[in-house]
Amino acid sequence: MKKQGDEELNGMPGRHPLSSLLREDRMPHIWCPGCDIGTVFSSCLTAIHESKIDYNNFAMVSGIGCTGRAAGYIKLDSFHTTHGRAIPFATGLKIAKPRMKIIVFSGDGDLFTIGGNHFIHAARRNIDLTVICVNNFTYGMTGGQVASTTPFNSKTSTTPQGNFEKPFNLPYMAAAAGAVYVSRWTTLHVRRLTGSIVEAFNKKGFSFIEVVSSCPTSFGRRNKLGSPLDIIQHFHKISVIQNGIHPKDANLDISKEIVVGKFVDTEAPTFFDLLEKIYPPEM
Amino acid sequence: MEGTEHFIMGDVACAEAAIASGCRFFAGYPITPATEIAERMAKRLPQVGGVYIQMEDEMASMAAVLGASWGGLKSMTATSGPGFSLMMENIGLGIVMEVPCVVVNVQRAGPSTGLPTLCAQGDMMQARWGSHGHYEIIALSASSPQELFDVTIKAFNLSEKYRLPVLIMTDEVVGHMAEKVIIPPSNRIEIYPRRITKLPPEEYLPYLPDEDMVAPMVGIGEGYHIHSTGLTHDKKGYPVISAPVQKEMIDRLVCKIRNNVDDIVEYQEIETADAEIIIVAYGISVRPAQKALELAREKGIKCGMLKLTTIWPFAEKKIIELASQVKGFVVPEINYGQISLEVERCSAGHAKTILVKHAGGAIFNPDEILEAVEKL
Repeated sequence: MKKQGDEELNGMPGRHPLSSLLREDRMPHIWCPGCDIGTVFSSCLTAIHESKIDYNNFAMVSGIGCTGRAAGYIKLDSFHTTHGRAIPFATGLKIAKPRMKIIVFSGDGDLFTIGGNHFIHAARRNIDLTVICVNNFTYGMTGGQVASTTPFNSKTSTTPQGNFEKPFNLPYMAAAAGAVYVSRWTTLHVRRLTGSIVEAFNKKGFSFIEVVSSCPTSFGRRNKLGSPLDIIQHFHKISVIQNGIHPKDANLDISKEIVVGKFVDTEAPTFFDLLEKIYPPEM
Repeated sequence: MEGTEHFIMGDVACAEAAIASGCRFFAGYPITPATEIAERMAKRLPQVGGVYIQMEDEMASMAAVLGASWGGLKSMTATSGPGFSLMMENIGLGIVMEVPCVVVNVQRAGPSTGLPTLCAQGDMMQARWGSHGHYEIIALSASSPQELFDVTIKAFNLSEKYRLPVLIMTDEVVGHMAEKVIIPPSNRIEIYPRRITKLPPEEYLPYLPDEDMVAPMVGIGEGYHIHSTGLTHDKKGYPVISAPVQKEMIDRLVCKIRNNVDDIVEYQEIETADAEIIIVAYGISVRPAQKALELAREKGIKCGMLKLTTIWPFAEKKIIELASQVKGFVVPEINYGQISLEVERCSAGHAKTILVKHAGGAIFNPDEILEAVEKL
């Protein structure tokens, strides 16, 4: 069966293969050369295409930060909200439009540092959102400050001698709070990441994908991680696929080991299932 | 509930008016003295096919209200001072994205936790300027449960007409007092429907305004592929980081209210025709002011009252007009001078303004207002 946008994938010289999902009139984008957000964004667009779901049934909500700019580049109904509040905004939108697929596409600082409380509550409610977190370990937009995801002892502009706090394990938090689908990939694992996003779209309930990414311009530079290509090669060297392990054991140590894979894929009644159980629609 | 008389508290009247206005989404967080609005909505919304959701805090509540309103549901939240402070962030987003919705502040005494169970009118300037940046807002007030019902209907209509969050600035006493409330039959309640474009997606620009400076909206998921952002944006809704686009956007956000003040501003004049002294009052303070007016008249003082329903935009023209007629204005408010500053500004050089202040925790005794009237 022919999919939406297939004619473009078959090649129109000079245009992006997913141009029907891109606001081409907003190019060039603001992301730095070598930044990984574009890789994750492309995976998301490819997943939308691969899912065979009508494009009009998708909407994207972002918060603030480098990753938060994604909503401004996707040619779907898209909302660029306040810092940390993409998930509650998406919650309201989803309740108003229960049949639509709502993608929350944002960064680690936005979703887990300022917005952490909203994340755990949306997971607890098991509301049907697909949350994609580009985790680049830092606040890129403001020049590379420490976040709740910054590895211990890493250098940032506000931890010049090294971070003295411990970071969150995002998949563990998501699973503990009630997410029914949890995976982690790096920006090296494009094919698996794309497949994971398609699975998440088709999952009923709250799904979460962490994408370990690089920010060569600030986090990478301060921590002497090398060029964008060096970082990807490093991801290749140290990442280990361990599908199905308990997310508390999903180690993320950027100097030694990055455990990736699908950690949670389970069924649980969603926000709407339970709402309808208590308040049947015919009431 | 429609077409019947009730003996209900202001908070409940407010919720019933929301239902009657077509509100089908409420996101909130419990807080005294606004909790009864949430409780009533939690009971009533499922009966009419709507959804009540209790969020994790007031930032989330306000964000969810914006999301649901974009999704096409008339939406509302209710809170008091501490929650109002938290909502300011996303009230600003609602202003810039131009999202119709209603925010109720049942005021209690602050700052901070203050007097949770006792009334005040201390958030009037926060309503005007509480979110950062320069913008115009619409804020309404009410001095009885019936008025709270009526202004809630008006708030939903204004929010749809001018595409912005409309604030209802009531207070603990009005929220918690029970009085007779007449709920009109539904065919007698005027509803302003959402402004939806007639243009096809290829011709539509999300922030291209009609003649009254307000842009029509679209349904989400219908192929319009709109983008809306809290960043300064052009008519397409695209972010543009520049002074000229900032000016164009702010001009429109401000002018869509300023150019329509005659449509938005509502007040009531009581015995002002021959008045030499006018009490300017709003909310619960209208009631002791009414008694003070009667006592003053008994003493032969030509006293009148201007009762404000619309607080913001301020009834400038009316104050300027009255200022040339009267000796002075008396402004009782349960704060240390907020609306009185506006009265003073508009009457400067023509009439005196006397503030009757109250720190909060109780309402005025009419004698306190009368004393100020007699002094003038």
